[in-house]
Amino acid sequence: MSLRKIFTYYTVAFLAVTVLIGLAEKFFGLPNKWIGWIFMALSLGIYVVIGIVTRTSDADQYYVAGRNVPAIYNGMATGSDWMSAASFISMAGALSAQGYAGLAYVMGWTGGYLLLAVLLGPYLRQFGAYTIPDFLGARYGGNAARIIGVVAAITCSFTYLIAQVTGVGLIVSRFIGLDFNIGVFVGLIGVLFCSVLGGMKSVTWTQVAQYIILITSYLVPVVYLCWTTFGIPVPQLMYGRLLQSNGVKAVEITRDPQEKATRALWKAEADDATAKSKAPGISVEEKDKLVAKAKAAAVQAKAPASGPSDDALKANYLTVPKGVGMWNFLALTFCLMVGTAGLPHILTRYYTTPSVRQARTSVGWSLFFIFLLYFTAPAYAAFARFIVYTKLVGSKMTELPAWIHLWKPAGLFDVVDKAGDGVVQFADFVVKSTDFVVLATPEIAGLPFVITGLVMAGGLAAALSTADGLLLTIANAISHDLYYNVINRNASLMKRLMITKVLLVVTALIAASVATFRLAIIVELVAWAFSLAAGAFFPALVLGIWWKRANKVGAVTGMLVGFLTTVFYMVGSRFYGLSWFGTTTIASGVFGIPLGFLTIWVVSLMTDAPPKEIQDLVTSVRYPKSGQAITTAPDITGRGAAAH
Amino acid sequence: MTDEKRAEYWRYNLRLTIVLLAIWFVVTFLISSLWAGSLNAYSFLGFPLGYYMAAQGSLAIFVVEIVVYAKLMNAKDLEFGIREGDE
Repeated sequence: MSLRKIFTYYTVAFLAVTVLIGLAEKFFGLPNKWIGWIFMALSLGIYVVIGIVTRTSDADQYYVAGRNVPAIYNGMATGSDWMSAASFISMAGALSAQGYAGLAYVMGWTGGYLLLAVLLGPYLRQFGAYTIPDFLGARYGGNAARIIGVVAAITCSFTYLIAQVTGVGLIVSRFIGLDFNIGVFVGLIGVLFCSVLGGMKSVTWTQVAQYIILITSYLVPVVYLCWTTFGIPVPQLMYGRLLQSNGVKAVEITRDPQEKATRALWKAEADDATAKSKAPGISVEEKDKLVAKAKAAAVQAKAPASGPSDDALKANYLTVPKGVGMWNFLALTFCLMVGTAGLPHILTRYYTTPSVRQARTSVGWSLFFIFLLYFTAPAYAAFARFIVYTKLVGSKMTELPAWIHLWKPAGLFDVVDKAGDGVVQFADFVVKSTDFVVLATPEIAGLPFVITGLVMAGGLAAALSTADGLLLTIANAISHDLYYNVINRNASLMKRLMITKVLLVVTALIAASVATFRLAIIVELVAWAFSLAAGAFFPALVLGIWWKRANKVGAVTGMLVGFLTTVFYMVGSRFYGLSWFGTTTIASGVFGIPLGFLTIWVVSLMTDAPPKEIQDLVTSVRYPKSGQAITTAPDITGRGAAAH
Repeated sequence: MTDEKRAEYWRYNLRLTIVLLAIWFVVTFLISSLWAGSLNAYSFLGFPLGYYMAAQGSLAIFVVEIVVYAKLMNAKDLEFGIREGDE
């Protein structure tokens, strides 16, 4: 059966099951918990089945899916490899809270694909290795660059992985009612099945399946909301109007006397806690607690939008930041873009296409599939805001639906009747993490629970697909690059694959245990990974392809400088109050990237030009079919054609 | 392929890359960021223009740019006789 047929049947079946569950809910009152279980069991089941069907122990299949993934499917797989818990769960929330400033994520996480398409993708495919450190090792001769590549790949992939695992725990704990820590481990079973059994081959086809689930589940609720609100099911076009009416609503709420009274109570609580925290003879713990309490209350005391005039209030959400705000917007956008083009788990996806030509086309498909979700996210954010303003604010405290209480243990938000008047004010809505937006909006809007179940399956697919790609990158970096290429060149294929599989399990377990500490919000963790990848990889990869004169010493020092500068600023600004130009922690890469480029340039020029073989290698990656292609699968033609 | 042909192919690629990156830079850092404040005075499909460009416009331009790049370079490969014989 052709791939197109398989995935068409699969999509239709998935939609049919969703509709069936919806009907069962409407007519037989299928309980919410069951719906959650069914969606989770179904989606994990699909991934496990794909893992078993596509199991393999052939090196080419295991590392690069046999290099015969057609451009469009590689695009879908990249889409779901790429769109993580951060894109799916967190991004709309960040947009909803930050307004214009949040758009740095939307632009940053898409624009990087242009850099990838024109600067790296096709050339890496022409080079044709298994991993990114492979390329660094060959281009910059010897193990130094390869080892730094391994360390950087592990660091940024692991940071990113923790965020995914946290997302899995969040989803499972809320919808299935399992404990967060158990939820994390349940989700991991689905990931491990694919990566352990069939490496890149299984992961690729699972990711295609996951893409279909995640995009459907992202679009359905917001299309449904748009349809019920405006009678036209195209949220991407309609939310311009919503932005206007949200502005009007924000003014109304800010000026409302009840709202003002509630905010005054929060302000009093904040002041009280601050005063108490300054009392003499208070213990450090007590003080920290009071300061945190004061901070949280101060957030609630702040007006939803602040400005002197009604016009300023209305436009607040859309206001473009100035000064330091604009600098941080530019810096974050830049880091996310460059990071996108430097993340090893994404770059390796372009090793799996049959040719340079398909690698180019595939980047186009990747961005198109990502675009579908990203240009919907700001609409999702606007609808979420609209729903909170219209459905939640002003409703009776006693009539709040049961799900509010179900959400409490997840710790994302809370509704407290501060003024004790029995009515929910905007300031009564305590947001602890904006991650609630995508997951809880369908419920706040009063949509059937089947849609919430669908969103859960989508969030799970987003987190698991990315986790798959990351786990494989980490395991391959250690087993292929470190063990096989540096330590033991004589290791048999069986032994290498065995090590990979053990590493997959071990890494997954470590990530799960770290995730139970709930370190930071998902978006922030992910942004760190981007800055790390951007600082360490991007300059060495780009100059390796575009500048023949770049040599080993330059690349090694440049990678170290780029990586360490980023880490230095990240740790310094997060924990020790370091601040260069007021740059936020998440945009740390903005210093590492240019310094990395500069170092490679200066140091390379100060030392000898690379040997002729290396310069010839650079020439060969610039021309398709130039006979370089280190490892090209022999019968691409037949398999590529059969795939269509 | 002769050296001359190689150089020609690479020059074409360089020029295309530079043009695409220049558009990328202007769209991202000028139109959708630094100039967005003034563009917000104009309205597009009910959106303030600056916001629209950052939320949707720039994304659509990125997609088009990559598609154009793939089409032009794939055609160039054929012209220079270095297209791979897959598919």
